[in-house]
Amino acid sequence: MAHDDDHGDHDNGHGSELSEMQLRVRALETVLAEKGYIDPAALDVMIEAYETRIGPHNGARVVAKAWTDPAFKRALLEDATKAVQSLGLINRVGDHLIAVENTPKLHNMIVCTLCSCYPWEVLGLPPVWYKSAPYRSRAVNDPRGVLADFGLRLPADTQIRVWDSTAETRFMVLPMRPAGTDGWSEERLAVLVTRDSMVGTGLPKNPAGAA
Amino acid sequence: MDGIHDMGGMHGFGKVEAEENEPVFHAAWEGRCLALNRAMGAIGAWTIDEGRAGIEALPPGVYLTRSYYGKWALRLENMMIDRGLAGADEIAAGHALRPGKPMKRKLTVANVPRTLTRGSFFREAPAPARFKTGDRVRTKNIHPATHTRLPRYARGRAGVIEAIRGCHVFPDSVAIGAGENPQWLYTLLFEGRALWGESTDPMLKVSIEAFEPYLEAA
Repeated sequence: MAHDDDHGDHDNGHGSELSEMQLRVRALETVLAEKGYIDPAALDVMIEAYETRIGPHNGARVVAKAWTDPAFKRALLEDATKAVQSLGLINRVGDHLIAVENTPKLHNMIVCTLCSCYPWEVLGLPPVWYKSAPYRSRAVNDPRGVLADFGLRLPADTQIRVWDSTAETRFMVLPMRPAGTDGWSEERLAVLVTRDSMVGTGLPKNPAGAA
Repeated sequence: MDGIHDMGGMHGFGKVEAEENEPVFHAAWEGRCLALNRAMGAIGAWTIDEGRAGIEALPPGVYLTRSYYGKWALRLENMMIDRGLAGADEIAAGHALRPGKPMKRKLTVANVPRTLTRGSFFREAPAPARFKTGDRVRTKNIHPATHTRLPRYARGRAGVIEAIRGCHVFPDSVAIGAGENPQWLYTLLFEGRALWGESTDPMLKVSIEAFEPYLEAA
């Protein structure tokens, strides 16, 4: 994304019509930079990190590792901050990361009803639906209805466990490894791990369709 | 604060609509807005709790109709003005009219990676934890007009302490400028029926992360 186009004076080729929000945020940035609070070059670096390096591909590596390495899985469920840190995937992981495991009898789902708390370091920035009123309102009292919105229907005797992220603890779901993936490498397994499967609103991809 | 942000269990918002192949940002200004907000946090203009209180202070109609980053932009403007870090006249002019105030820290290109890692919220415990895993507790029926992390749907409800998460900065204190006032944090597990009544799916369990001052022995 051309994030460098809206704080310079150069013509970006898209004409001069900027939306109200573009103008408003640009004005704020100019004021804050001129007052010496912020350095636009530092903002560029931050945005680039969120657009390229910090995303659900990191979480997918964590899950794939847990699927193939029982010792790592134990460490992950014991202290996810420390375990993810040991993979050296990304920047240091902040404290308070917690991984919760799905089983044939238990399905975990993560929400933040009060705002938009989400494990940024392993999943990147949350999608719009995660921050939306429909998800935040219904996840805690109608999770099966929410899962149906995602096209997912679980057996009636599966326990649904919803984690409301009301403090600085951050949760990621460790989904179940799909059947039919015996002998797969970590790299191959990681491709099956979707963002939604780590939030609990989806399952990993079907290995038959992803070979 | 019993605000519109406290959405757990409300009806009427409709279906969850996921966007296929959603981009990280839908417009360049969203990324700038995110980074500006993070940068002001990084230089010590406000804490994460004060920032959340800033979003919750938006009028309900604004909260419901602005996009996510639209709310962040309004919060940024309001908090800059409230704290005397920039004037409404400067934001309207799109240029600084006066020099900035000295800040606690500086954000440079070199220290961006450090700001991408969340800080730790663990603090030394002023007293031993009052509850242990397996204890049955009840949340208090409190309705502070200021920032709190005890959602309405989980007030005055009985549950079981599932885990102790350590002693943490207490958002309710920080947000009103009363200091970090560290408190024990617990994962508190409720039966769905304890929250939503007998007609609820018996297979539903919901947990919140509850600070000790929210709890009393049940």
